[in-house]
Amino acid sequence: MAPPDTNPDVSAIAAAPALTEWHLDLQAEGARRDEAVAHLHGLLLRAARFEVFRRRNSLLQISAAELDDLAQQAADDAAVSVLRRLDDFRGESNFRTWAYKFALLEASVKVRRRAWRDREVTLEPEHWESLAHAGPGPDDDAENAALLEAVREGIRSALTPRQRQVLVATVLEGVPIDVLAERLGSNRNALYKVLHDARRRLREHVAAAGFPEATR
Amino acid sequence: MTGRDLDPTLMRLLGGDEPELDCDECFAQLDRYVELELRGAPADALVPGLRAHLVGCPACAEEHESLRALLELDSVS
Repeated sequence: MAPPDTNPDVSAIAAAPALTEWHLDLQAEGARRDEAVAHLHGLLLRAARFEVFRRRNSLLQISAAELDDLAQQAADDAAVSVLRRLDDFRGESNFRTWAYKFALLEASVKVRRRAWRDREVTLEPEHWESLAHAGPGPDDDAENAALLEAVREGIRSALTPRQRQVLVATVLEGVPIDVLAERLGSNRNALYKVLHDARRRLREHVAAAGFPEATR
Repeated sequence: MTGRDLDPTLMRLLGGDEPELDCDECFAQLDRYVELELRGAPADALVPGLRAHLVGCPACAEEHESLRALLELDSVS
């Protein structure tokens, strides 16, 4: 697949002079709307190809055709989202920028899920028990050891099972939050709230254990 | 030892204590934030909590980087 920034068709779309007003036709009818939707899809495909191309190194053994198919699917899904949420556009940015973010979201989620498609996600967290040396140097070994023990104890005792699961999977196992959400039947925003609460509880535990400065 | 001296893994485990947006709020503001950044405007002051969220959420951070990079590419196309 050619890099998206060298595709003459999509570059021409990005440089089109009427970008500030054409989106109003998305709420029109008939041929005007069809033309605007086609234009929108071209922009979204440009963004999706850009994202898939940027993240292609995370996808092993994937053909150029599969990459482009991912981008096409992302553009299609983004178009549905954009058209459904047109009323959310408040003009606080260029419409093109607003639309791009939908395509980038769809493409990045698809790439992450594709990259983890055949990988197991461990949902029985134990890796935190092996948290290794985590300080700036050997002079701090005793302090680091005590801090690490406070963190381990916090993960063990201060978190709910769900908080422990999400924290360990996303931070220690490197599972992308979208992938974890898919496996758990949840969504990114809900899991991030779990992660946020887990971190807050862990900071409180570590501070109470004598390391308030480590949480600032 | 302050939070800034911590190993990156510990920093990701503990997170920061600044107020931050959630993922949906970040997505809602991302286009405005990136345009402010590219104009050299004080994006962090005008969209409080978004930067703190990007530090804590790798997925949203990737999408921020990509939107910024795509707009920069457009600006030279």
